[in-house]
Amino acid sequence: MNDSAGEARSDLVVAARETGVIWLGLFALGIGFGVLVTSHGFPWWLAPVISAVMFAGSVEFILVGMLAAGAPLAAVALTTFLVNARHLFYGLSFPLHRVRGRLRKAYSVFALCDEAFALIASKNPDTLTSGRILWTQLGLHASWASGALAGGLVGATLLGGLKGMGFLLTALFVVLTIDAFRENPDKLTAALAGGAGLLALALTPGSMLLVALSALSLAFVARHSLNRRSRHCRGTNRAAHNA
Amino acid sequence: MPDAGYIAAALAIGVAITVALRAIPFGMKALVRESALLHDLGRWMPLGAVTILAVYGLATIDFAGGQHGVPEGAGVMVTIAFHVWRRNAVLSIAAGTAVCLVLANLAL
Repeated sequence: MNDSAGEARSDLVVAARETGVIWLGLFALGIGFGVLVTSHGFPWWLAPVISAVMFAGSVEFILVGMLAAGAPLAAVALTTFLVNARHLFYGLSFPLHRVRGRLRKAYSVFALCDEAFALIASKNPDTLTSGRILWTQLGLHASWASGALAGGLVGATLLGGLKGMGFLLTALFVVLTIDAFRENPDKLTAALAGGAGLLALALTPGSMLLVALSALSLAFVARHSLNRRSRHCRGTNRAAHNA
Repeated sequence: MPDAGYIAAALAIGVAITVALRAIPFGMKALVRESALLHDLGRWMPLGAVTILAVYGLATIDFAGGQHGVPEGAGVMVTIAFHVWRRNAVLSIAAGTAVCLVLANLAL
């Protein structure tokens, strides 16, 4: 009994030491989210509720604008799907097998946000314990939701007239892009995505994200089949050469 | 403010789709591992998706407004400069947002 309590505490300490800076960052971003939500005229409690039940930073920022504009539910569904479709790829390398217990596994999947994936999947799975994974995710989740609560409370009273809070989202995306490019310096991907984004802005500014992400998916499918074809050609050339 | 039923429905849809997207790959890991196309998409999409999000964010800057997008433009440059220099996401976002907020609310 004592042992497992001690183990749990040390898991928390390790998780906090390794990921606490990101917890603080999510708390700060959560404040921004709370202020943004109240600046759209929503009540103070909506931001922490969204953050607690959804826990998907970037799409929450986008959803708030759609909710305020009364966007159709189908548009909400499609936008959530396309913006969060990248999560389809997180499960492939996330060490869920290190998490013990069905409920804990379920929570770990629920709370698999970008930051959780980046912080956990980058580690050697053999060095991770169930507790460390869960504390990391709980810390992120709690920071994000409590930041949103603080922002909702502060925003409703103090920062109502503050302009430019939405910039936080832009800064977040710029930083994530630089990080993703450092992780995978693939100029063709960046160029295709930038092109898809600009094209969608020019053609369909009202549904830019939908159109851009769909166009990019198509471009990737084309790129994939072109790669395969050229690999295939090289393969047959080599075979002919060898013969 | 839109009515509560609409917000609850929109949130429920958003949560259901997000959780499904997070859960699906665990259910079909073997299948996805064998698909060369999904493997390539998994390699390219993380950078592609955030790049589009960055374009989206930059496009929200109002260059035609009273301040001609100067606070946001300065904020973006400070964010990039800090991130290239220190590689600390929290610091970069905080510095860029602070510059934008100060310029938007006080200076101009």
